[in-house]
Amino acid sequence: MTDAIIVEGVRKRYGEKRALDGLDLVAAAGTVHAVLGPNGAGKTTAVRIMATLLRADEGRVEIAGCDARRQAGEVRRRIGLLGQHAAVDEELSGRQNLEMFGRLHHLGARRAGTRADELLTRFGLADTGRKAVKQYSGGMRRRLDLAASLITEPRVLFLDEPTTGLDPRGRAEVWESVRSLVGGGTTVLLTTQYLEEADQLADRVSLVDRGRVIAEGTTDDLKARLGGDRIDVVVRDGAQLVRAGRLLPGAGGTADEVTVDADRRLASAPVADRMEALTRVVRALQEEGIEAEDIAVRRPTLDEVFLRLTGRTEDDRDRVKEGV
Amino acid sequence: MVSPTSPTSPTSPASTASTASTASTASTASTVSTATGGTPVGPGQGRSRTALALTDCWTMTRRELAHWARQPVQVLVGLAFPVMLMLMFNYLIGGGKGITGDYAEFLVPGMFALTMVFGLDATMVAVTTDLNKGVVDRFRSMPMANGAVLVGRSAADMLQSFVSLIVMMGVGLAIGWRWHGSLAEVAGAVGLLMLLRFAMLWLGIHLAMIAGKPELVTAVQILVWPVGFLSNAFTVPENMPGWLGAAVEWNPMSAAATAVRELFGNDPGVVGTSWAAEHAALLAVLWPVVLVGVFLPLAVRRFGGLSR
Repeated sequence: MTDAIIVEGVRKRYGEKRALDGLDLVAAAGTVHAVLGPNGAGKTTAVRIMATLLRADEGRVEIAGCDARRQAGEVRRRIGLLGQHAAVDEELSGRQNLEMFGRLHHLGARRAGTRADELLTRFGLADTGRKAVKQYSGGMRRRLDLAASLITEPRVLFLDEPTTGLDPRGRAEVWESVRSLVGGGTTVLLTTQYLEEADQLADRVSLVDRGRVIAEGTTDDLKARLGGDRIDVVVRDGAQLVRAGRLLPGAGGTADEVTVDADRRLASAPVADRMEALTRVVRALQEEGIEAEDIAVRRPTLDEVFLRLTGRTEDDRDRVKEGV
Repeated sequence: MVSPTSPTSPTSPASTASTASTASTASTASTVSTATGGTPVGPGQGRSRTALALTDCWTMTRRELAHWARQPVQVLVGLAFPVMLMLMFNYLIGGGKGITGDYAEFLVPGMFALTMVFGLDATMVAVTTDLNKGVVDRFRSMPMANGAVLVGRSAADMLQSFVSLIVMMGVGLAIGWRWHGSLAEVAGAVGLLMLLRFAMLWLGIHLAMIAGKPELVTAVQILVWPVGFLSNAFTVPENMPGWLGAAVEWNPMSAAATAVRELFGNDPGVVGTSWAAEHAALLAVLWPVVLVGVFLPLAVRRFGGLSR
């Protein structure tokens, strides 16, 4: 299998600020690869470099077999880009937009027209195709934007935070569209701040922080890195939370790995044996007279993986230690 | 990354587009065949670069024209605004002191020049809006000719200003302005005005890219007024304090107004004796040429430089 995206040691500096600090990334053709990271991690810079909108200071970028620097034109024939802000002409209708982009991809006039109609139908915009885009809802705009990225069925599609700013319904619409694309052999690279999104869509995930990849793998790989299952206890009385947290290490974890979330009245710790831990925690809580609202054993979320790998659990851990 | 052999590669460029959504099997096949790189894919192959670039420019021009069709009111307001200014100055404000004969004969050509300078504002707004909407990012990520976006803008703005000029000439005739020169001279006057507009166009594109944000455009929109009024469009420099009059004579807009008045055979009013006033025709050509010479390359470079 060929790699549709190869990024090696890419650096990009804006003055003193290092936006990308040796980014490496490989995505096999026909897969969905998520680049996950907080605001300012360098996700957008990375996409803009891969999509030939920016030039890297250093490093190699190869998209669909073409060098992004030396063969930018060739790369542009092979990619679609969905930026953070809808990259469509608001004054024109949806159909006019798609037709224009089709012409700019050098489809003939008639072909551009039929392609526009096909895409409008496929993205459920056929009824509103003649309305000005500025009258569209956020979700519709995003779908049109996505349609515009797919005029020539790109081999690599970049989606930069495709669902940021959308309501849950709009988000679900976009997810569905992305899933339907993957079947067609397109390689999708998406950036997101939402772990759930990566979990839902991606075959592989690159966790990015401060301009470099700090972990890479399937979502299951990454979750496994946190050491398996966790037990969550939600207490009824917030005042008992710290005491509850102190009971958890006895369930098989160590004091270090207990996290507490005061807002959700939630204490959480890794466990070795699911059933044994559950019984022991239930009993311990009863003996201490702590009333639990909910107890659950589960796989760790990507959130936890991320916080752990970026070393941003310090605050949480300190809170537990002080409490204990 | 050169593919050894790919079964469908001879047909893949066209099929990528044509089979794209008709059958999933077909689109998969074309995707696989091209996934290894090598030959360029995509439609439009076999046509020369120049032909494709011209197509792109035409597509971008049509985009601007489609904007007009969608916003007829805005287009009408854009055409009515300079007409309104002209009527206001002719009937309400009147700076006819020092001008022999009919004030309209003096004012109307000045208003033509002013209209061209005010076009700066329209260009800037359009360019800034585009840059902030992300549309330009899409254009730049497509296999289109680099300059087509700017050419489209330029063609549309020039056309708008030409139409505006024709309307102004019509209204001018209605309020008593006449041309007395030959048809060639009239064409020369129109040419000079369009040249001034062309200079404002590239200045506008460049400034818009520097300013970046629509808020900063407002500042330029305001500054256009004093520049427009520090000219001989409404009154002769003799009516102003000496130093101001001298500045006014060097204003590119004044040079254009004076040159155009001469070409139309209108009374240029009291022409000063400074070098600038005596060589208005030369300056009317030289100013725009210099402005274009400076700002066209700067604007194009800046547009290309978005990738740095």
